[in-house]
Amino acid sequence: MAADAVAGLANQAIVTDGMRYSLFNLIGQTMRGHRGWPRAWRDPDPKAGYDVVIVGAGGHGLATAYYLAKEHGITNVAVLEKGYLGGGNVGRNTTIVRSNYELPGNEPFYEHSLKLWEGLSQDINYNVMFSQRGVLNLAHSDGQVDAFARRGNGMRLHGADAVLLTREEVRERVPALDLDNARFPVRGGLLQPRAGTARHDAVAWGLARAADSLGVDIIQNCEVTGIARENGRVTGVETTRGHIKAGKVGLAVAGHTTKLAEMAGLRLPVESHLLQAFVTEAIKPMVDQVVTFAAGHFYISQSDHGGLVFGSSLDGYNSYAARGNMPAVEHTIEAAMSLMPSVGRLRLLRHWGGVMDMSMDGSPIISKTPVEGLYLNGGWCYGGFKATPGSGWCFAHTIARDEPHALNAPLSLERFESGHLLDEESTGPFPNTH
Amino acid sequence: MTGERSFRGAEGGLIDRERPLSFTFDGREMTGYAGDTLASALLANGVRLVGRSFKYHRPRGIFAAGSNEPNALVELGTGARRTPNIPATMAELREGLAAASQNRWPSLTFDLMAVNDLLAPFMPAGFYYKTFMWPRALWERLYEPQIRKAAGLGRPAMAPDPDRYERGTLHCDILVVGGGPAGLSAALAAGRTGARVVLCDEDFRLGGRLLADDVRLDGRPGHAWAESVAGELAGLDNVRLMRRTTVFGYYDHNTLGAVEKVADYREDRAADVPRERLWHIEAHRVVLATGANERPIAFTNNDLPGVMLGSAARAYVNRFAVRPGARAVIFANNDDIGATADALSNGGVEVAEVVDGREGWLVKRALGRRGLRGVELSDGKRIACDLLCVSGGWDPAVHLSSQTGVKPVWDADSFCLVPGEPRQAEVSAGACAGRFTTENALRDGAEAGRAAAAACGFDDKAPDQPAVEEPAAGNLQPIWTVPGKAKRIFLDFQHDVSLADIKLATREGYTSVEHLKRYTTLGMATDQGKVGNVVGLAMLAEERGVPIAEVGTTTFRPPYTPTTLGAFAGYNRQQHFQPVRRTPLHDWAERRGAIYVEAGPWLRSRAFLQPGEDLFAASIREAKATRDGVGLCDVSTLGKIDIQGPDAVELLNRVYCNGWKRLPVGKARYGLMLREDGIVFDDGTTSRLGERHYLMTTTTTHAGPVMAHLEYCHQVLWPELDVQMVSVTDQWAGLAIAGPYARKVLEKVLPDEDLSNEGFPFLAAREMELQGIPARLFRISFSGELGFELNVPADYGPAVADLLMRAGAEYNIVPYGLEALDIMRIEKGHVTGAELHGRTTAADVGLGRMMSTKKDYIGRRMVERPGIAAPERPSLVGLVPADGTSPLHGGAHLLPRGVPTTAENDEGYITSPAYSPELGHWIALGLLKNGPDRIGETVRMVDLVRGADIPVKVVSPIFVDPEGKRLYA
Amino acid sequence: MRIPCPLCGERALEEFTYLGDATVKRPAAEETDPKAWYDFVYLRDNPRGPHRELWHHLHGCRAWLEVERDTLTHEVFDSRLARERGTEAK
Repeated sequence: MAADAVAGLANQAIVTDGMRYSLFNLIGQTMRGHRGWPRAWRDPDPKAGYDVVIVGAGGHGLATAYYLAKEHGITNVAVLEKGYLGGGNVGRNTTIVRSNYELPGNEPFYEHSLKLWEGLSQDINYNVMFSQRGVLNLAHSDGQVDAFARRGNGMRLHGADAVLLTREEVRERVPALDLDNARFPVRGGLLQPRAGTARHDAVAWGLARAADSLGVDIIQNCEVTGIARENGRVTGVETTRGHIKAGKVGLAVAGHTTKLAEMAGLRLPVESHLLQAFVTEAIKPMVDQVVTFAAGHFYISQSDHGGLVFGSSLDGYNSYAARGNMPAVEHTIEAAMSLMPSVGRLRLLRHWGGVMDMSMDGSPIISKTPVEGLYLNGGWCYGGFKATPGSGWCFAHTIARDEPHALNAPLSLERFESGHLLDEESTGPFPNTH
Repeated sequence: MTGERSFRGAEGGLIDRERPLSFTFDGREMTGYAGDTLASALLANGVRLVGRSFKYHRPRGIFAAGSNEPNALVELGTGARRTPNIPATMAELREGLAAASQNRWPSLTFDLMAVNDLLAPFMPAGFYYKTFMWPRALWERLYEPQIRKAAGLGRPAMAPDPDRYERGTLHCDILVVGGGPAGLSAALAAGRTGARVVLCDEDFRLGGRLLADDVRLDGRPGHAWAESVAGELAGLDNVRLMRRTTVFGYYDHNTLGAVEKVADYREDRAADVPRERLWHIEAHRVVLATGANERPIAFTNNDLPGVMLGSAARAYVNRFAVRPGARAVIFANNDDIGATADALSNGGVEVAEVVDGREGWLVKRALGRRGLRGVELSDGKRIACDLLCVSGGWDPAVHLSSQTGVKPVWDADSFCLVPGEPRQAEVSAGACAGRFTTENALRDGAEAGRAAAAACGFDDKAPDQPAVEEPAAGNLQPIWTVPGKAKRIFLDFQHDVSLADIKLATREGYTSVEHLKRYTTLGMATDQGKVGNVVGLAMLAEERGVPIAEVGTTTFRPPYTPTTLGAFAGYNRQQHFQPVRRTPLHDWAERRGAIYVEAGPWLRSRAFLQPGEDLFAASIREAKATRDGVGLCDVSTLGKIDIQGPDAVELLNRVYCNGWKRLPVGKARYGLMLREDGIVFDDGTTSRLGERHYLMTTTTTHAGPVMAHLEYCHQVLWPELDVQMVSVTDQWAGLAIAGPYARKVLEKVLPDEDLSNEGFPFLAAREMELQGIPARLFRISFSGELGFELNVPADYGPAVADLLMRAGAEYNIVPYGLEALDIMRIEKGHVTGAELHGRTTAADVGLGRMMSTKKDYIGRRMVERPGIAAPERPSLVGLVPADGTSPLHGGAHLLPRGVPTTAENDEGYITSPAYSPELGHWIALGLLKNGPDRIGETVRMVDLVRGADIPVKVVSPIFVDPEGKRLYA
Repeated sequence: MRIPCPLCGERALEEFTYLGDATVKRPAAEETDPKAWYDFVYLRDNPRGPHRELWHHLHGCRAWLEVERDTLTHEVFDSRLARERGTEAK
């Protein structure tokens, strides 16, 4: 069923009143000094009301609006953004896209998302530079090799791709690894060849442009300050640009989910934590894949621009600061130097922080809520980027049909109370450990 | 080629003419002097073309004189020490320095990639988002690989970095960042009070702009004043001067990160000298005296080699006695014109024209192809020149204060960003606060230093201020760009971001300052926008028709300048990434042929190889020898926690899911600990050694977490409990003695103890003496054999192990490793981390009956949730190959027979496989849906990633001695 | 970041580990309402601003601390031993 949906998407071109992006038009515009390119999206004032209001013009909010319009024909939609679109974690992450999950409640959702990624550039007519360069997880013990085999088998059973590599195959593929002097030796690896990276900002911009072209109003600099309810049902939102009526309200504000939910009287199994990310100066190609190693909770890849992009664990304490501290910086780079000591002379260009919605089991929530007409998309921990199209697709379905799709049914808010947890990291109800 | 002498003044400059240094650039031999940077030495040698830009490969020269250099990036060193992207302006010259230009092929002067410059019209900002989409497959196969190859600047070394790095921490009352007039003045004011002061400056010589400008203090040249102040500071014990040290990051609670270059500038580098040191600086007060970066005015072809910041030109002339050109035009919008003109004239550079933008007279266009040959002015006049000094005003270096989370604010009078209201104990002094003159810097610095010292409890009296003579400055009229060919008016040089790109981005709706940055890559190059960002902001404001203050800024992120990765890691790299923990028996085992396996931070003996044996053979032999005779295993890594007090038993009762109230003194009990969410946390035995004295053991993995958990329970949940606990893991060596002859061996070394089955039954625990040393003996077994665990003080571990080996010789005792232990525990159906992996309940692993219903304990209530309690959850079973011979695979999944191999039919997986020497075939533990009800059924072991799909039979997880005859023997 | 320990003084972040919200209280042993336990184990206020939270001086004196810290600015207002918390409230 998922595969059919994808095929459908790929065949359906967007009708825009703007200009299609193509080599032909690029050449044409070059002749005209690029003066004819239209706005990528409008800058509308909010209307008095909408069928659906999505709070948060990040990747997930924009994808939700796009799929509401495209898959469900719901175009009277506003996406409200307190700052500028794409200004949250969609523009701060390390751009990894993968579906290498272990748990049956997670894997089909992420695999569906990966399939959507595979046609996304063509679908939204915006090159998001999705690069299926492969994600390689390194195993440091025989037990971990078995654990990766278990995960890889699960992925394959779900129709995803997974290859178990030996130590020598790892060495051949990633020459920058110093396997012979590693503190935690590499015994093998799990490769997902179809996984990779994408240009994060382009995803937000492309989805914004595509949603806008289908009639969605994206309203920037419009902060939601309240959620209006009558008789337990959502009726609209209060914003810095006035009251906006809404038939349904969807929250897609990872990092600040609990703040918005609080406006509707909800407490959530979510904490806000700080994750840092890192990029070096641009250099010529050095690392072809995305490589992760569990011994240091570390992941690294090289952007098309040439910078090595990497990260590791959370700073570890609740934070809304989007600015991290030195211990996490040092830990991350120690992990880099543990297996890739050839990066030693390269220089860190920039490190930054993002505010993560850390859920209590480390898995996301795409769900109805106890408040009628209020829908929740959050708890993405540090895995939100890869889920962008799948999340929007499932959230749109949940909002449009008022019930979850089978793909996101396991990602319900009730699972914490019912005990149907999705604890990939197996660390329990401690958000900073996921 | 022009030789060295042509561009070096005969005298003057802060270089040591007694110490000539030879170096190479792209293989060409050149000379400079001690005190030069690579940039000044290149200019002295007449080199103008130094690099190529990122996108269009346009020829570029030296534009600045400090860490803001966007163009002149080089690769330094060779082989494993090749270091890309170093600004020539920041490379201190030393003998033998090998520099090479980068991002060009085949050569710097003839770069084939310069074809991009011709194609530039097709490649405006964000062009790649609009194309390369068809056909879809080509993105991966053609477009992206080509983009990746073309992108990037220098080449990384592919071999491990051979240099060393160190990390350290400094504590001080006052950290002064920057060693220019403001910083020196602050350090002097604070240092004289006796406060502990650290002063850091990125340069190798203190003085900042005093080294570059013609300023006189008390009648002496500015650099002489700087030298004498540096001298006085160096003489104060309470002051630490750190040259070549960049404070790159301002973190919470006045913790700052700094990196000190230690070895790269030295010719005589000793092996024990680190290349760089990373410092954590903890300061009570911080004085930011980071100065300002000059900004250019942008005009057509403003990126040609020969176009240079006026302040940089003054630095080359005054500090390095180098003529950056022979004939110059000066173009500015402020009074710096005079200083630049004077400096150039005094330095022997002909000043062909001074173009004062404030008079409406502008440089419209730079002329030349690979280097500047002249300029065209707004009145059409053309002037031949090879140097154009451009001054567009100064941008305070607000980076560090902004990193604290304080947004800089636009000062509409000075036309620059200045620091916002401080959030931490810091103050900005001098140019970085937007007060640009030397006089302001000195006064600001002195006051900041005095106030900081006073705040730390030191005397507050400011030192006398020197009398300042300095050239006129300021009177800026904002001129950001000169109308012309927008595609060739560059704002971000390195990334080739032009005015046309800004216009395109705003036209397309990328109007937020963050959108602009990300869409055009303005400010994302290695200079992090130090040159072009503010001009970019001004142009964005103009395009949007709003004041500059309204467009805001992007967020300032650390590091201030690119910082070496190796320095952040320090010693903690490769094998030293994390410490290794070795057991007291590590060397003992090594002498017996042990190979080790990582278990968290520990190295544990995995097997004791005999000649010709591999791991498999050795572990089979060890397991068999233990089951048939007796074996000895090092179990020192198990966590041991000593728990004492009247409420010790109450604590145990609350942290374990099973009951502890009736455990008598002298007995051990297996305990199972849950997390509050009902999932198994840890297991182990706890023994009651005395009335109020218990010894808990934990798994190796969870020794630390369990200790922290107990402390949490005691200090946070139940502080009323009268109990104390301490980890004694490291104090005791642990030896498991197992096998039918285990008792016989122990009786030989403990002749006074009654170890009979009656005198020391299963689960007995007793403190005793072993040949005069304290010992603890427990009758517990993980292998299922008659077994004991003996604890002795850690240092005695090897001696006691030897004693046991001698005593056991007659029974052919063997040391056995983790692998044999694993085989035996699988044979016995005991669960370990493979089964207790953080998602299993007690019921899942067959231990559901341990959960008491009579008491409260951690995890009790959550375990009742339907998802946790569901009977169909995968639970523990044993598995054997249906054909009796095939190996079983860890991580393989279990599916019923006769169904499609898909996720809907997935019913579980194998957790622990082993070849059983007792049974002569493979066995495994696994978790299977409704497991215990399916004993006798045949299912499939499906291992898609390793290629296997075989029938396996579901059996009891206890393969060997299900009645426990051996255990209780 | 630096955390003040009442026993050891102000110490660097790397000496501590973090647990989380200190305001959630474990229900009494006899509490059988699953909602009360769900609240304790899973639900958090997650304030943007002052936050009372539990830190463990793991690589120091091993005291559990209740610290009040601003989650937006990271400013620390208060730090006390967890075992002594609430004493002055009574």
